[in-house]
Amino acid sequence: MTHGVSPADRHPDSAGDMTGDEDRQDSKVVLERAEISRALTRIAHEIIERTRGAEQVVLLGIPTRGVPLAERLAAGIRQVEGAHVPCGSLDITMYRDDLRLRPARTLGETLVPADGIDGKTVVLVDDVLYSGRTARAALDALNDLGRPRAVQLAVLVDRGHRELPIRADYVGKNLPTSQQEMVRVLLAETDGEDAVLLGHAAGHPAGAIRRTAPGAGADTAGRDR
Amino acid sequence: MKPHLISAADLTRQDALLVLDTADELSRLSDRPIKKLPTLRGRTVVNLFFEDSTRTRISFEAAAKRLSADVINFSAKGSSVAKGESLKDTALTLEAMGADGVVIRHSASGAPHRLAGWIRGSVINAGDGSHEHPTQALLDAFTIRRRFGRRSGTPSRGGTGEGLDGLRVTIVGDVLHSRVARSNVWLLHTLGAEVTLVAPPTLLPVAVDTWPCSVSYNLDASLPKSDVVMMLRVQRERMHTAFFPSVREYSRRYGLDGVRLRQLPDDAIVMHPGPMNRGVEIAADVADSPRSTVVEQVSNGVSVRMAVLYLLLGGSGEAQ
Repeated sequence: MTHGVSPADRHPDSAGDMTGDEDRQDSKVVLERAEISRALTRIAHEIIERTRGAEQVVLLGIPTRGVPLAERLAAGIRQVEGAHVPCGSLDITMYRDDLRLRPARTLGETLVPADGIDGKTVVLVDDVLYSGRTARAALDALNDLGRPRAVQLAVLVDRGHRELPIRADYVGKNLPTSQQEMVRVLLAETDGEDAVLLGHAAGHPAGAIRRTAPGAGADTAGRDR
Repeated sequence: MKPHLISAADLTRQDALLVLDTADELSRLSDRPIKKLPTLRGRTVVNLFFEDSTRTRISFEAAAKRLSADVINFSAKGSSVAKGESLKDTALTLEAMGADGVVIRHSASGAPHRLAGWIRGSVINAGDGSHEHPTQALLDAFTIRRRFGRRSGTPSRGGTGEGLDGLRVTIVGDVLHSRVARSNVWLLHTLGAEVTLVAPPTLLPVAVDTWPCSVSYNLDASLPKSDVVMMLRVQRERMHTAFFPSVREYSRRYGLDGVRLRQLPDDAIVMHPGPMNRGVEIAADVADSPRSTVVEQVSNGVSVRMAVLYLLLGGSGEAQ
C-alpha cells in the first residue's frame, strides 16, 4: 500500500483488532518465519510448474494480508524463472454475502495491473482459507473486472470448515482446527513480524459472535468469511 | 456515523475521512468495464425532490444505481404534493412502500430533520432551504483533497486518510442564502482547513460570528492568502429585497475575473457548486480555466454520494 495508514487501521474489523501481545498469551505458533518463507517458495514453484513458466499469470492479493503475500510470491517467481508477474489487489468488501449483518465496512484497495485480467490466469492470494465465502466473493468481483482464462486460489493456511464448494490450488499448510479456534497470520509488512498463530477464540468478543452466529459472518475468528 | 446525514456538523473528523476514503476507492469504478457493484441489491432509495435540481438528483440517482439499489424518483410537480399533500403524509407513503433510504431536497430548512423522525430508513439531506447541503460539502472536500493530496507524495491515492489541515479556503458571495457555504464551513473546519467568508455585509447571516471561520468584506485582500476560492451563486430566486445596488456593482467587488485570478497563489484552485451565473460571480474565462474544478466536482459527486449511500445503507447498525 502506498499510503500512510496501516492496513490494520483500515480494517478494524478484519482480524486486525488484537495486539501481538494479547495474541501471544494464549496461542501457539504453528508456522514460524522460516516455515512461511519455505511454504511461499514452494507455492511459487508450483505456480510456475502448473502455469508452464508463469506466463500470462496475474497475482491478485485479497486485502489485507493477501496483498503482501501476492507480492512475495511474485518476487519468488521472478527469482526462479526471471519472469515478471504482474501483481495487484482485489477488495471483496462490496461483494460479501454478509454485508447486511454488520455495520458497513471500510473498503480495501483494488488495484488491477495495467494490462488487465482478460485472457490471463489469475491466481487469487489470501492468508487463510476457511468457509470459502471470501473466495466466492472474489470470484464475483473478478467477474466485474474482466474475463480471465482461468482462476486459481493460493492460500498460506487452509484451516478447513468449508461452507461452499471451493478448494485451494496452492496451500502453504493444511491446519486442522476446531471452529472455536482462531488462526492469525502475521506478516512483516502489516504486523511487523512473520508468524501463524493458533489460539482459542473463547473469551474474545469476536469469538462470542462467531459462536452465536455460525456461518453468519463474524470474520475475526478466521479472516475468511 | 449517525444513521442519517442531515448536517455536515454531525460528521466527526473520523466520519468525514471514512466517507472521503470510501469515495476514493469507489471513484476507481469509473475506470472499469462494468461500472456497477452489487452492494445495495434489493434496497430501495427514494429521491424526494420538492425543489428543482439537475446535478444533485442525477448524481444521487447514478450513485444509487451503480450500487444496484432500486431508485424511485419523486418530484413535487405532478405528484399529490401539487394537490396539497403534507410532508408527513408523503413520508408515511414512503414508509409504507419500504424505502431504505430517502434523499430529500426541500425549500424549507429543517424538512429532512422532520422527515427523519417519521420514517425508519436513512434520510440524506440533499439541500434544505438555506440550511445545509452536506453531500455538496463532502464532494468539495473530496475535490480539494484530490488536488492538494497529490503534493504530499502519494500520487495514486490523492491523500487517503489525510484531512485538509492548514489549507486556506475562501468562500465568496451569497453566504446568506447558501446551504453550500454553511455545510462547507462546518465540514472544512472539521477537516482542519482555515475558512474565510467574503461577502457584502448584507449577504452574511446574522449569527455568522458563531461559525468556526473568519469573515472579511474585501475580496482582493483575501485572494493572495487562499489555496482554494469557492464562488457561490447569487441566488436571485431567494432574494426578495435588494441586497446590493446592482448586479454590475456586485460583480465588480465580489466577482472573480481574470485579473483577480492572477492574484491567487500559483497552485490555487477555483471551485463553484453550480449552477454558475457566468459574468456575475464568476467570469466565463475563469470558469473555463484549468484552475477551475467545476466539472471535476460533478464527477466526484457521484463517488462521494455512492460512499454516503454505502455507509448509511450498506450494512446494519452504524458504520465505524
